Amino acid sequence: MTALTLGFDLLLAAGLVWLGWQALFLPRRFAAVVHFMAFNLLMALVWVRLEAPDIALAEAAIGAGVTGALLLTALGRLPSAAAVGSHPQQWHRYWRYPAIFAACVGAGWLAWGVQRLPRPGLAAEVTAKLDATGVSHAVTAVLLNIRALDTLLEVAVMLGAVMLVWSLGPALRPFAPATSLPGLPALSRLLHPLFLLVPTYLLWRGAHAPGGAFPAGAVLGAGGILLLLADRVGWMQQPRFKPLLRLLLVAGLALFLAVGLGGLLLTGTFLAIPQALAKSAILAVEVATALSIALMLMALYLYGEPAR
Amino acid sequence: MTEWHEALSHLLIVAGALFFLTGSLGFIRFPDVFTRLHALTKADNLGLGLLCSGLALQAGGLAEAAKIMLVWLLVLLASGIGATLVASTADACGIRPWQNRTGASREARREPHE
Repeated sequence: MTALTLGFDLLLAAGLVWLGWQALFLPRRFAAVVHFMAFNLLMALVWVRLEAPDIALAEAAIGAGVTGALLLTALGRLPSAAAVGSHPQQWHRYWRYPAIFAACVGAGWLAWGVQRLPRPGLAAEVTAKLDATGVSHAVTAVLLNIRALDTLLEVAVMLGAVMLVWSLGPALRPFAPATSLPGLPALSRLLHPLFLLVPTYLLWRGAHAPGGAFPAGAVLGAGGILLLLADRVGWMQQPRFKPLLRLLLVAGLALFLAVGLGGLLLTGTFLAIPQALAKSAILAVEVATALSIALMLMALYLYGEPAR
Repeated sequence: MTEWHEALSHLLIVAGALFFLTGSLGFIRFPDVFTRLHALTKADNLGLGLLCSGLALQAGGLAEAAKIMLVWLLVLLASGIGATLVASTADACGIRPWQNRTGASREARREPHE
């Protein structure tokens, strides 16, 4: 039995490597996309073997289903010379109904899974551990202590999005529309104290009530975009401030990682924050993350790398 | 809180969510930046107003209700200024508003491509 499962696992691993290689290096794009979809299906099987059926479901639905359909649609829109030797548009037409059917089955499966979630949830367990987390609000405790890894990865995904946008090209420098409507930039400057007050309030509230780094960062970022539109943050576009901008963009993720590694040194578990330090560590991470999120939103609005 | 209050509050919240849905649909489906701004600012601000009114009806006291309505007021201010700034920036960048083309001219446009 063990030999059989070991063999199966080895076969899976080898298949993954082969399919990944094919998806990356096949000259025909259509074949590469099909290999990529097969890769994701096999990846879903791997998640099943790791006893994580929910992730397997997400992998199959998002990786093979949605991403595959997106890539095929993109292929269909490319000029025909680019997609050598295939007609993905026609292929796409015939497979539309099976794809819709698969999406419906997947949605039904998810709905069935929701029915089977533990009731009444994990609120009682979280409340029981609340004293050990350093904050008194359950959502903040879950986001920044109990499931800190998820939050860490979310910030990393946002940073990845900014890097992707920067790779598209130089920033579209927003014109200062002061000439046509002089009142608006002045109004947006009047609003800015509020845009500083509200995030501070949200951050401070996060320790004991709904709030925290993500809402604070979003509001701060919105204020920042207004300032960008009024042409009041010239430093973001200047080459000499670029190292500072990059530092601030990664500050949240870097501090989060530092806290996680510090926990690894002190307690032996990654992201395990000692109880005595928990409150201040979480506050520092929240402030840095909020700042980074605000700057990331502003950088996303610039739609390209500033000062290039 | 009376039953009448609660029913009205739920009605307002559902109506607000519908306006948000419409605004988001417009944001996805409309053809250019100006029409998208129109969808977002008009439908979403009305939706947020309905949502805030519904929530204010459920608030614990007058101060809490006033806070919720203040959120709407601030969003109205910020989104009005922001939308006008985005639109005038787009205009200054030389983006022309989308013109409604008739079906016939669109067909004629497509033919040489295929």
